[in-house]
Amino acid sequence: MKKILLLISAAILVLASTSAFSKDWRVGPSEDSQEQLQEALILIESGDVLHIEEGVYNLEDGLSLDVDDVTVQGAGMNKTILNFKKQLSGAQGFLVTSNKVTLKDFSIENAKGDALKVIGAEGIYMINLKTEWTGGPKSSNGAYGFYPVESSDVLIDGCVAIGASDAGIYVGQSKNIIVRNSTAQYNVAGIEIENSYYADVYDNLASHNTAGILVFDLPDLPQQGGHHVRVFRNQAINNDTDNFAPEGNIVGEVPRGTGIIIQANSHVEVFDNDIGGNGTVNLTIVTYGSETNDEGYYPHPKSIQVHGNRFGDGGFDPDLETGELASILFELSDGNMPDIFWDGILPLTQMLFGQPEDEKIVLGDNGDATFLTINPIKYMLPILDPVVTDYDSFRGEINPLDEIVIEGI
Amino acid sequence: MKHLKTAVFVLLMISGVNPAFAVNDDVLLSEKFPRTLSEYGFFEDAKAQQPSEGVLPYELISTLFSDYSKKQRWVYVPEGSHATYQRDWVFNFPVGSALIKTFYYPLDERDSDKGMNMMETRVLLRKDSGWEAVSYAWNENQTEANIKIAGKTINTSWIDEFGDIQQVRYRVPNKNQCKECHAANDQITPIGPKARNLNSIYPFIDGSKNQLTKWIDEEFIKEYPSDLLKTTDWKNVTASLDERARSYLDINCGHCHSPTGAANSTGLYLNLSETRKKHLGIYKKPVATGRGSGNLQYSIVPGKPEESIMLLRMLSTDPGVMMPESGRALTHTEAVKLIKDWISSM
Repeated sequence: MKKILLLISAAILVLASTSAFSKDWRVGPSEDSQEQLQEALILIESGDVLHIEEGVYNLEDGLSLDVDDVTVQGAGMNKTILNFKKQLSGAQGFLVTSNKVTLKDFSIENAKGDALKVIGAEGIYMINLKTEWTGGPKSSNGAYGFYPVESSDVLIDGCVAIGASDAGIYVGQSKNIIVRNSTAQYNVAGIEIENSYYADVYDNLASHNTAGILVFDLPDLPQQGGHHVRVFRNQAINNDTDNFAPEGNIVGEVPRGTGIIIQANSHVEVFDNDIGGNGTVNLTIVTYGSETNDEGYYPHPKSIQVHGNRFGDGGFDPDLETGELASILFELSDGNMPDIFWDGILPLTQMLFGQPEDEKIVLGDNGDATFLTINPIKYMLPILDPVVTDYDSFRGEINPLDEIVIEGI
Repeated sequence: MKHLKTAVFVLLMISGVNPAFAVNDDVLLSEKFPRTLSEYGFFEDAKAQQPSEGVLPYELISTLFSDYSKKQRWVYVPEGSHATYQRDWVFNFPVGSALIKTFYYPLDERDSDKGMNMMETRVLLRKDSGWEAVSYAWNENQTEANIKIAGKTINTSWIDEFGDIQQVRYRVPNKNQCKECHAANDQITPIGPKARNLNSIYPFIDGSKNQLTKWIDEEFIKEYPSDLLKTTDWKNVTASLDERARSYLDINCGHCHSPTGAANSTGLYLNLSETRKKHLGIYKKPVATGRGSGNLQYSIVPGKPEESIMLLRMLSTDPGVMMPESGRALTHTEAVKLIKDWISSM
């Protein structure tokens, strides 16, 4: 009887370790970690799990994964650390180019370029990961912590991004996106959704960045006309780090102390956030400022709704050195910076004949938040005062946007 | 035992398979890659890089920079089948074909008799399901090359044409890195052997000949059009600066930086057929470049190479800044000069 029991338990053990369809791979820290990790990332098959055991892995070359439907799992974001301080080749720490990939519970430190880049994935689930440049904010840090691009069904959940010289969490030219429960600190941009469609950004903390949360759209790119982005239940607070982006990059124009920026997107809903402690401005809604010949590009924000947010102190220490936004606003407001700013710039026909109802900015209840916008026609005629601060004239009915759902999540 | 050997030999002779110096088609098509290069039978004498019967050397007019390594290329098309011409693309090779490329440094560039130091031999195999890419790194004695799925770093040096010792951290690419360049629409593909890139004279062992003519003689192909587009060798100083620069950018950058390539999200397109100035980089702002911008505003500022991000990234050897992202650890000085002159002339 005892023998039979033993046999049965042995059989169960074998089943558990091979599990019929999937296989468990394990790599621990050693002299050959680089080769072992990369080899496992190449030989792993769909359904498999690669476990990266606790420890610090000092890597000289970027890692890459191109196998669909796999999981790469560490022992915890503070336990499994992929350290690229001595990186000699590869433009990022970790590159993923396959679909339905889950990455969880590890950290990527000090990559020479981007920390984690994902190109063209359908289904990329980043859970409890950390990307960090450990020397504090420096322009020599890599550009992006989390950098999914041209992907769909993107989940960033419970992640931490620290020290990126562009954006800590950046989702570019993607569709169907959820960024939640994550923390972005000491980056130039904390969380940035750029040229993307259908995104939910919620329950995140963006603090001590140059700017907290950005929803941007840029011209001359394969996917543009960003739309349907919900930013809610976040804390965009105390963003007070001097802009340390290398020049030439668009976020290099962003003034220190900006809570949330919406630029050239449509259908953006900002609600139920805590926005405060931002020295330049808490929330700003602006047109794309540079010249472009891209005829397919619409540079103005439209159908933006802002409601139910709790605004704290703002505009108490405007960064007049970086870009033009802060100094223009400072001048217009006589140093009395508003909580919510819209630059008021519209296509010429709309300036003259008015904006379509459904494209207007709508303000709901936002406590005692102050508002400022510019009448651009009056702005061009120096005798008239172009400043408009009548909050109530922008009140309107809120039409909530739909929730984003990622299948299987 | 001896009888058995004889029997096998006779059997092989009868079945028309030459036991030595022939490509092993079964190995080439097998699901798993062989561990060693010699198992394919591509070479009669591997150390001397003497190819087997049916394996033909070829050269491309315009080539990719790979840290000043030299490259020797061969093509194999199984008997009885042939490749077909595709407009603006590489030949469509039949199942069972192989493209073989050895990367090496001459020990002394001033004297080829001193021999060479082989780094790796990359193979592209046309299997039923499509192309597959893998690389084999040569051992120190240069007697065998072993499979390197995860890549390999080789620190080596050579004496250049001026007699200076050059050091390089040479990277044998891993399987994923092969795909970084050799991919179109997420499928692995050759990028070199386009008809127009082969339309040149090559010194074959039995005499010099146009390569495309030779391919017809060997029945690798049946035909190719007579009105092929011209490929400019970027080293050809009699060609125009614009043609040379665009040719260099096309072969070195265009496989990623094109509307269908891996870098299409950047909006910077350097493939030969791109004509829109902004997308070629002229007064184009960086998108997600980070410190790759080097504090500069535009990819190309006409007349001002020192203000052009493109040149900065070609000069850099910092992995977070340099372009291309992989396959280069050294600066390609001659190309930097070409692109500098090109931008100056705008």
